[in-house]
Amino acid sequence: MEKELRLMKGNEAVAEAAIRAGVDGYFGYPITPQTEIIEYLMEANPAETTGMIVLQAESEVAAINMVYGGAACGKKVMTSSSSPGISLKQEGITYIAGAELPCLIVNVVRGGPGLGTIQPAQSDYFQATKGGGHGDYHLIVLAPASVQEMADFVDLSFELAFKYRNPVMMLSDGAIGQMMEKVYLSPQKERSKTVPEWATTGKPSTRERNIITSLDLDPNRQELFNRKLLAKYNEIREKEVRFEEFQCEDAEYLLVAYGTSARVCQKSVQLAREQGIKAGLLRPITLFPFPTKRIKELADNVKGMLSVEMSAGQMVEDVLLSVSGKVPVYHFGRMGGIVTTPEEVVESLKSNFIGG
Amino acid sequence: MTEEIIIAGFGGQGVLSMGKIIAYSGVMQDMEVSWMPSYGPEMRGGTANVIVIVSNDRISSPIIKRFDTAIILNQQSLDKFESSIKPGGILIYDGNGITRHPERKDITVYRVDAAEEASRMNSPKTFNTIVLGGYLKVKPIIKLENVIKGLKKSLPERYHNLIPMNEKALKRGEEIIREVQKAE
Repeated sequence: MEKELRLMKGNEAVAEAAIRAGVDGYFGYPITPQTEIIEYLMEANPAETTGMIVLQAESEVAAINMVYGGAACGKKVMTSSSSPGISLKQEGITYIAGAELPCLIVNVVRGGPGLGTIQPAQSDYFQATKGGGHGDYHLIVLAPASVQEMADFVDLSFELAFKYRNPVMMLSDGAIGQMMEKVYLSPQKERSKTVPEWATTGKPSTRERNIITSLDLDPNRQELFNRKLLAKYNEIREKEVRFEEFQCEDAEYLLVAYGTSARVCQKSVQLAREQGIKAGLLRPITLFPFPTKRIKELADNVKGMLSVEMSAGQMVEDVLLSVSGKVPVYHFGRMGGIVTTPEEVVESLKSNFIGG
Repeated sequence: MTEEIIIAGFGGQGVLSMGKIIAYSGVMQDMEVSWMPSYGPEMRGGTANVIVIVSNDRISSPIIKRFDTAIILNQQSLDKFESSIKPGGILIYDGNGITRHPERKDITVYRVDAAEEASRMNSPKTFNTIVLGGYLKVKPIIKLENVIKGLKKSLPERYHNLIPMNEKALKRGEEIIREVQKAE
């Protein structure tokens, strides 16, 4: 079937894509700049078409625990929020990771810390990629850079979440959530009629009980479980790295940026090249797993790297680890809800590497 | 072809919807588009602006600081964005309520007194469509038929009876826009 062309906000695209992906349930609580997601779903009322449940919970904590319950039953469930709301959800998220359950969490990031601002930021990178809640765990983290990817990554997130029995986070930001672009939407998928064999759906006489828990009081068994998780994360690091390169072939200076910053940096690459500076861009699409290997390879070809993020410098630490001292690495970014301009990036490139 | 536009004015003047109509029209014409609003704790009477990019190529940054065209609907926006127009670019403004007129000599300035015209036509709500008509006269990047298609797409069906009135407003905008200054 042919894809349908629409002009939509990133937030609306996530919502429509969720219905079309055959998601069983969305549980959320409004917060700027992502409220259009729940608004769109409420208005679309998919309960009457696909049977998808859309529910506004009494709080973020309630919403994530509804996701925990739905996921334990083997259903395709999701939630969305923005930075302060995602912080509230962290307890639920670490339980879901500890119980090895699939789900999708969308974070449309705004400036922080605390309540911060409501404008776009990328200051939740550490929280998203290094755990976020307590305990040794990782989310799989996808970073969309367009409205199209906001839609496409819904399906991809659930595919990965069920494949690895692991929560997936889509780390977006206020700019991509609020802006409108063209988007090609996939045809409606039917909701799955079956659930995975591990789901808690009532014990038939033909199998042992399925237990969903993140608690094991025996440290020996718990360590075995930690090792199992580690093996899973290593497999994900091996197989699921995704990135995009933009004019890297002959680049002397490499920009590393994701999401909105990657869009800004595409323009910076053009501007820099107009001034005779051979810049290129590597855009990580997965932030966990991080494209460490590729960045390490590129360190052999370039004179330096600039990590561009709307934060005080978070992803730059992963870039530094990947490069391990081979070439200088700097960070540039605006904060507090201010989006970096393409010109500022070029200026930073010049002042860090070319002198003036 | 890439056209980078900022539209700025008071909230409630139809700034965001004018941008939406341009974006939808671009889609109808098979072009790439992006529409990036300034969003915030804004309200009626406050300022609102939107960046619209229409291009034949993939759009890189949806957020930019230099524009080919600025469509300016109040004094605050004129003060804020006059300096952001690229040399040789275009400034279109409504003279209503303007006390300090554009001063740059390296841009082409057009004036479209749409507020006055809309009240003369007895349809104040077509204000933004009159401005849009003026813009399309000086920058015919989009065909009128695609704007009508864009209007049909961006307006809920219950408002489709307003399309003929908007068509009239677009044409009126084309007629009343006038060049105030040519870029040096």
